[in-house]
Amino acid sequence: MRPVAVAAVATAFVVANAVAAEIPSADRKSGYDFMGRETRAMQDDDTANPGMLWVLDGEALWKRKDGAAGKSCADCHGDAQNSMKGVAARYPAFSPPRGRPIDLEQRINMCRVDQQQSTPLAFESKDLLALSAYVGRQSRGMPIDIADDERTRPFLQAGRDMFNQRQGQLNLSCAQCHDDNWGQKLAGAPIPQGQPTGYPLYRLEWQALGSLQRRLRNCLVGMRAQSYAFGAPEYVDLELFLMWRARGMPLETPAVRP
Amino acid sequence: MARALINVPPKAKRGELIEIKTLISHNMETGFRPDNTGKPVPRDIITEFVCKYNGEEIFRAELFPAIAANPFLTFFTIATESGTLNFEWTGDNGFSASESVNITVE
Amino acid sequence: MREDHIAPATRRRFLIDTAALAGAAGLDLSLAIRPASATPASMRAAIRRVVGEASVKKGRLKIDLPPLIENGNAVPLTVAAESPMTADNYVKAIHVFTEKNPQPNVISVQLGPLAGRATFATRIRLADSQKVIAIAEMNDGSFWSDEIEVIVTLAACLEGV
Repeated sequence: MRPVAVAAVATAFVVANAVAAEIPSADRKSGYDFMGRETRAMQDDDTANPGMLWVLDGEALWKRKDGAAGKSCADCHGDAQNSMKGVAARYPAFSPPRGRPIDLEQRINMCRVDQQQSTPLAFESKDLLALSAYVGRQSRGMPIDIADDERTRPFLQAGRDMFNQRQGQLNLSCAQCHDDNWGQKLAGAPIPQGQPTGYPLYRLEWQALGSLQRRLRNCLVGMRAQSYAFGAPEYVDLELFLMWRARGMPLETPAVRP
Repeated sequence: MARALINVPPKAKRGELIEIKTLISHNMETGFRPDNTGKPVPRDIITEFVCKYNGEEIFRAELFPAIAANPFLTFFTIATESGTLNFEWTGDNGFSASESVNITVE
Repeated sequence: MREDHIAPATRRRFLIDTAALAGAAGLDLSLAIRPASATPASMRAAIRRVVGEASVKKGRLKIDLPPLIENGNAVPLTVAAESPMTADNYVKAIHVFTEKNPQPNVISVQLGPLAGRATFATRIRLADSQKVIAIAEMNDGSFWSDEIEVIVTLAACLEGV
């Protein structure tokens, strides 16, 4: 991007900050706060949280040698409890080789292809979810910290634009529900703020662990809007913006949600 | 691949009431859910769970399709002596899983 | 006050009705599609299979279920029976039933003095707002029950519309 254009976008993003109906920092709440007592208890207890089954699978996969290089994650990264601490809280992150931000699942696949010389894991596959849940678990309790710099700003803006844009047959924008009407009821259920503080998470509706992209697809289908294929840059831009919007909030992976 | 998560206090005092928590991964396909042609997906559930303490049965449950996916079951027993707690799940289509956990009772 | 989730029942109804039409048109669809919900009568029949003709008294048993349920797919349930759980005074079994699930039985638990406490917890599926009944069978052959009414809601923005 030409320097002038970058500067213009950067300024625009800061200005947009001031103008949009953003939730004040002190009022931000995780989806956890909108759940009932029993669902919260399910998340808080590692021995009852179904997401932990995926974390345990991820722990096993972390040690499994794979690919033409015959390496496991552990061979390069050692003990995930040390090496992966804080990582998930920083994702999506800018990837210099890709020239754009990528999310944690894409980062795991990059390692698989480039370092392990193996094939990428399919989006939303059990193995990929297990690894991303295991890595995410190592950042539990840490504040979400997404970089807001010249490299990420254009993509943050794209994500923000998508969040604010009316779309679909219902002509609704994400912001209308999740910025303007959070806390009110929709079909009997409270509207959360849409802070992705616990992904990948066990959604009772899915009866399985799923990624933020899966949840975003649900949102788009619910709004009767066009959903994209898994891994689409539109999702990563939106994920980047949503995680930035949740900056400072503690990561809860693997969370439980209704 | 991890299939079950068991939570038992590793140590207990003789006569103490202890809580045992179990969680196993399983879809618990009810047999009532229609696929996208309208035909019900065949039932595939865990039907039975048994817990034995040093070989003696302390808890047994018959599960039906109304038990949620990734069945979670908690129950109690009295810690009597050191030994092994054995857990067995059986179900449709020859499903079978078992776990063992040791407990020290002083 | 009344339940809010309509989509799944409507979708089920649509598929069943479609299947019935297809069946009438001679297409070979599985006969196993049954009505989406059981009835209070089938629940009573399921209870009778366990209890026989014995009388069931209310009490000595407590069901714990959230009164307002966010998602019927995984509802935490705890059932606790009062009993000293000694060799001559214990709870033999606890059975749980629902009124409107496709099938009335939920779980049947066998206990004994070794259980120490006649309490267990699990997570169940509830297809609709309804009544849930638990029945405890004591070693002296007596039956005790508790029942609870719950409301089941659903999140908006579901996956399959």
